Amino acid sequence: MTPDRIRSEVSAWLDANWRVDRPLIEWREILLDGGWAAPHWPEEWYGRGFTLDQTAVVAEVFREKDVVPAAQVGPRGLASETILACGSDDQKRRFLRPILTGEHTWCQLFSEPGSGSDLAGLSTRAEFKDGRWIVNGQKVWNTSAHHADFGLLVARTDWDVPKHQGISYFLLDMRQPGVEARPLRQMNGHQSFNEVFMTNAVVPPEDLIGGEGNGWHVAKTTLSFERRGFSRRVRGSSLDGPKQGPIYAEYEEELRIATEPYTWYPQREGRVDLVLPRARETGAINDPATRQEIAKLICLYTGAKLASDGAEARRKAGTTEIIPAGSIGKLAASVIARQASHVHTMISGAEAMLSGPDSAADGIVAEVLVSVPAISIAGGTDEIQRNIISERVLGMPKGFRADQGPFRDIKRNA
Amino acid sequence: MQTEFSKEQDLLRDVVARALRDKSPATAVREQMATDRGYDPNVWQELCGDAGLAGVHVPEVCGGAGGGAVELGIVAEEMGRTLFCGPWFASAAMAGTALLEAANEPDRQALLPGIADGSTIATLVLDDLNGPAGVGGSIRAEDGKLSGTAAMAVDAHVADLLLVTASGAGGLGLHAVEGGAPGLTVESLQVVDPTRKLSRVVFTEVPARRVGDVTAGALDRIWDRICSALAHEMIGGAQHLFETTVNYTKERFQFGRPIGSFQALKHRCADLLLEIEIARALTHHSARCLDAGEGEPYAASMAKAAAADACMSAARAGIQLRGGIGFTWENDTHLWFKRAKGSEVLFGTPAIHRERMMTMLEGAA
Ligand SMILES: Cc1cc2nc3c(=O)[nH]c(=O)nc-3n(C[C@H](O)[C@H](O)[C@H](O)COP(=O)(O)OP(=O)(O)OC[C@H]3O[C@@H](n4cnc5c(N)ncnc54)[C@H](O)[C@@H]3O)c2cc1C
Repeated sequence: MTPDRIRSEVSAWLDANWRVDRPLIEWREILLDGGWAAPHWPEEWYGRGFTLDQTAVVAEVFREKDVVPAAQVGPRGLASETILACGSDDQKRRFLRPILTGEHTWCQLFSEPGSGSDLAGLSTRAEFKDGRWIVNGQKVWNTSAHHADFGLLVARTDWDVPKHQGISYFLLDMRQPGVEARPLRQMNGHQSFNEVFMTNAVVPPEDLIGGEGNGWHVAKTTLSFERRGFSRRVRGSSLDGPKQGPIYAEYEEELRIATEPYTWYPQREGRVDLVLPRARETGAINDPATRQEIAKLICLYTGAKLASDGAEARRKAGTTEIIPAGSIGKLAASVIARQASHVHTMISGAEAMLSGPDSAADGIVAEVLVSVPAISIAGGTDEIQRNIISERVLGMPKGFRADQGPFRDIKRNA
Repeated sequence: MQTEFSKEQDLLRDVVARALRDKSPATAVREQMATDRGYDPNVWQELCGDAGLAGVHVPEVCGGAGGGAVELGIVAEEMGRTLFCGPWFASAAMAGTALLEAANEPDRQALLPGIADGSTIATLVLDDLNGPAGVGGSIRAEDGKLSGTAAMAVDAHVADLLLVTASGAGGLGLHAVEGGAPGLTVESLQVVDPTRKLSRVVFTEVPARRVGDVTAGALDRIWDRICSALAHEMIGGAQHLFETTVNYTKERFQFGRPIGSFQALKHRCADLLLEIEIARALTHHSARCLDAGEGEPYAASMAKAAAADACMSAARAGIQLRGGIGFTWENDTHLWFKRAKGSEVLFGTPAIHRERMMTMLEGAA
């Protein structure tokens, strides 16, 4: 469908259905049934099989008309994409809808105190007893877990096979007595991630996804979506300025709760957008050394964007080359963020010692300086991305491994 | 604006790549770089006379194939990959571009067909190879005669036609000088990169014909187009260095395992891939911007700076990851290393291009 056709169809549909006095969930139900909640999803699951470009046209019309879209903030996207790719029809039926309407929020329960980069070395235990899965163990660094309804959980179901083969993937109900989330404070002062304790937590058999022992495959699906997300700009989902109508109030409240843990996310990407305005304002734009570093940043930023658009186009054209766009994009995002942080420091000079409302850009620059370290850790560290790129894209040989054979016998953290 | 290569452009790349693999293997590069002339006239005839590679960016009315910066870049990239030895860059990318951007229509139509079909070898003589601002200081035009010195000119020793920027009564102009004209001295210089020959060109009242005005705008456009082509050449070189180096790490064993299994080397290669991908994207983008007359006005400077840095990174890794063999004359890596070094500084170092970018974006410091 051409952009113009899409534009006129979605406009006509919105003119007939969008009303600011509907309750939020009711509106999203209508949106889902109309097929405009997630147009890039397949037709049998609320979508229209649109490309990303076609979907962007729909989003544009929504913005122009100040229409509240389907819920999209936070790890719920990881959940919906994983369930779409690996879930049974029954799971898709039960979980996709409340994700889009905003009734359910999700978190990702992957990392553990003993295994982060080595995700497949996890030791949270799930055992099948009396017709259901009983989970015991601890997860950590879990963003949004303190307000999530469900968690994407990986746990070990077999200790006698090699580590990747003994993992299963579950959709865990967080609202049960056996699950406790405790917020952790980060170096930038925010509290977006948690530690999560599971003590005899229960998962019904129908919430195992991808089959027993197949969890590693499903987890890789989630990770590839996550990494791709880092290379894209954070989606601006807030509507500009206050809007009149009850639905907006409900939506703003939803956004406030859902985005609260993420207010610092743009800062961890380096806030490239603030570099030139700050350089002009401070006069640093006239310093030859700073100009060199700003120019390097612009080259990196522009080039990485062009490269990722190019990879996307080749992928759509059905290339056979291996493009782990996620890993390359994530590494690029780290490099850009570090260079931006370096440039912000040069621009601020001694003022970079200050933080808070009286400091540069209302405290944003200070927050950049102490948030950028997260981007090269979260979602798989830079080192792990380099391993992936060198082994998968460049075909370089794997190094010595000390973790083969039954998981039970592998050395691990106490 | 174009964002991907067309089918015809992909086809052009295939044809050029195949021809160069055949005509410009490393053995031929070594053979030609050791000669004074620096190229094989038979190969020149096949690539430019028969295949028309010097005219891909020249309009059809001037005897070319009617492409633009994208096509010029495709040829340059493949030539950089194989380190082609010959005056293609001087004749097509430099002199051809100068005529296209600055010559009067009759002169374009008179001079370009020979360049396009390879029967004329031309070059562009500039008295400063660092940046447009320095051009025009050292060569004077008076009463149809040029006097002064260009400290370095690319492939002037084999040029039938020299296009010279010189200042005179009508401001900076483009002047046509015949090779071997009276008063013209071309002295070959000792160079770091023997695959690209340089000479000092001294003009002593050399008869010349003014073929067009070189306005500041025209000089910037010439500079941009040449830099975009050179960035393509460097990307081709970077890709060759990168591929051969990664392959080497898979074959060389130390400590009972391929050196490519050592993480220090893997991570260096992954970083290099990223640096080259970014530089390649900027480089292809620069040509598309030039052809569409859209995009960042400093796109060519971004490309030149990024490609030069990426190509040198690939060259340094190419030597380092081979160890001792990489430092020998016998191993081919140094040939690409030296071209990378030369191209890094020709038409402006990365730092000069970054400053040029910032000046276009924000004004002078
Ligand atoms: C802001 C933030 C949000 C997060 N959100 C979530 C979330 O929502 N859910 C979740 O499950 N997790 C989350 N994480 C956790 C994150 O995925 C892990 O921190 C990360 O994978 C690293 O694991 P680790 O902390 O155990 O460090 P380790 O794995 O112990 O790594 C320590 C160091 O060793 C290096 N290293 C490890 N293995 C190798 C190797 N093979 N080669 C080379 N170097 C290696 C690492 O690169 C790192 O430098 C989040 C982390 C952060 C910072």
